[in-house]
Amino acid sequence: MTSLPIEGVPPAPPGTPGRPSGETRWQSLIGMDRSDRAYQRVLTVFALALPALILIILGVLFTGALPALKRFGPSFAWTSTWDPVAEVYGAAPMIFGTLASSLLALLIAVPLALSVAIFLTEFSPRALRQPVAFVIELLAAIPSVVYGTWGIFVLIPFLRAHVVPPLKAVLGWIPFFQGVFYGNSLLAGGIILAIMIVPYIAAVSREVLLAVPTSQREAALAMGATRWEAVRSAVLPYGRTGLIGAVILGLGRALGETMAVTMVIGNRHDIGVSLFQPAYTMAAAIANEFSEATTNLYLSALFEVGLILFVLTVVVNAIARILIWRVARGQAIGSRAL
Amino acid sequence: MNRAFHRHLMSRIMTGLVILLSFVAVLALFLILGNLVLKGASSIDWAFFTKGPLPAGQTGGGVANAIAGTGIIVGLAALIGVPIGIGAGLYLAEYGSGRLGWLVRFVADVLTGTPSIVIGIVGWTFIVKPQKHFSALAGSVALAILMIPMLARTTEEMVRLVPHSLREAALALGYPRWRTSLKIVARTALGGIVTGCLVGIARVAGETAPLLFTALGNLNFSLRVNQPMQALPLQIYVYATGPFEEWHRLAWAAALVLMGLVLIISLIARWVTRARYGSVR
Repeated sequence: MTSLPIEGVPPAPPGTPGRPSGETRWQSLIGMDRSDRAYQRVLTVFALALPALILIILGVLFTGALPALKRFGPSFAWTSTWDPVAEVYGAAPMIFGTLASSLLALLIAVPLALSVAIFLTEFSPRALRQPVAFVIELLAAIPSVVYGTWGIFVLIPFLRAHVVPPLKAVLGWIPFFQGVFYGNSLLAGGIILAIMIVPYIAAVSREVLLAVPTSQREAALAMGATRWEAVRSAVLPYGRTGLIGAVILGLGRALGETMAVTMVIGNRHDIGVSLFQPAYTMAAAIANEFSEATTNLYLSALFEVGLILFVLTVVVNAIARILIWRVARGQAIGSRAL
Repeated sequence: MNRAFHRHLMSRIMTGLVILLSFVAVLALFLILGNLVLKGASSIDWAFFTKGPLPAGQTGGGVANAIAGTGIIVGLAALIGVPIGIGAGLYLAEYGSGRLGWLVRFVADVLTGTPSIVIGIVGWTFIVKPQKHFSALAGSVALAILMIPMLARTTEEMVRLVPHSLREAALALGYPRWRTSLKIVARTALGGIVTGCLVGIARVAGETAPLLFTALGNLNFSLRVNQPMQALPLQIYVYATGPFEEWHRLAWAAALVLMGLVLIISLIARWVTRARYGSVR
């Protein structure tokens, strides 16, 4: 129901923050006495908990990662030995696997999610809008471990029987599709991730497209554009920034997703070009090895992996939010679908 | 003439493509739900809810301990997270027009995308590490941290929906601002706020990653919050990745139960909002 404020707020003049102008009026109506000030102070403390939280997370990860940071320096990010016995750690395979699986997921998810958003806002009969939007929301509510279970027992056998053989036959000459299919693989991880991020991208894109003024469409149609031309030339360009934001938001999700990926990606410290081979992600490494980390340096290396992952997702999310805010300023877009 | 034909053909093709791809995306939900019901429903009986797990290799057993554990862990998380989240949300709605409001809003939005496994590390550092054993409380703290930014944003939205005339009327009658805020504004938005809390709770109830090295899991029935405790998502993870057929059967059943739990909470949440704000949309 995030779209409510977007539709409900009376159109504010451009450039002013998206708050009703009555706000400032009543603030000046009366002064504040002591209890009012106390109330504001209490609420401020609660609000400050959020910035504090992000600093605490950063602090915890950084102090935990300090021994590994001192020992390996920046080469941690591009060496690929991960040997708890010899106490040598390099995170390159995980960083590679995280990026590769997320990009593969985006490649699959973006066309699907944008289609859903365009369908829901532009083409769908009115009667279908609510049910389809609801189905997409439900998809976002499925716990990650359920996706993982489904991936192990349904998706991987399906890929093995019906997808990989034809892929090999047709595209086998490309290095991406060579080698033995292990079941647990980069391909399986990417597909699971794609299914998981479609609802996020679709929900946010839908709200971005809903924020596009109807006059945009009407103008294009009045100029004699076909329905698709109106979408392509008037609606999509208007919401472009927000749509890119939605996609980046999906990327942020994919980067940090843990359980479903851990269950199907194979968890092998290895960099390979083939989608059929097992891989590893940063989140999966923490999930698998954290409670088994026996030495301080091992644990510290995992903290550093967490630090890299956290900083990466914060940066990606920050970029996404700024882009989305430029279209729908200050609205908690997509929060319903979280 | 020919050109117009091409343009209309293109429009048809793209419309068809968009509809087809949307269909594929929606299909995923029905595939997953269908598989869950197909493979899980047959294993669900009374014993599944009332019995604990049996040793590996034996047939039968249930998830009573996991359901109880999930209830306790998530309940504690809500106890910690809900007041902070609602407080922050009220701040954003009441005083959030300044620079601090912008910062808090931005941080909340960024935090909702933080990987939950990283939050698990924070829970581990503050509770598991000092006392040197795993504990359900650490899991609750991690889940609460996940909940706070979501609740803050939904609360803000719901409070913002309250008409300003209501606030002005209360102030005009001489009500102090803090009482207006709590008794008039927040009270009016209560349905929406409750919905936000339910959605947040439903979401963290399905989280596995932050519990892996905090609550850890426990094969026995345990209600002590300072000890390892089983949770439904953890049990599904162990069963699904385990080697036994029997475990896989139980994993499907447990996944169906978890899914049902999350769906029911989400549906209740939706229903509450619809009843209250249905006319706005």
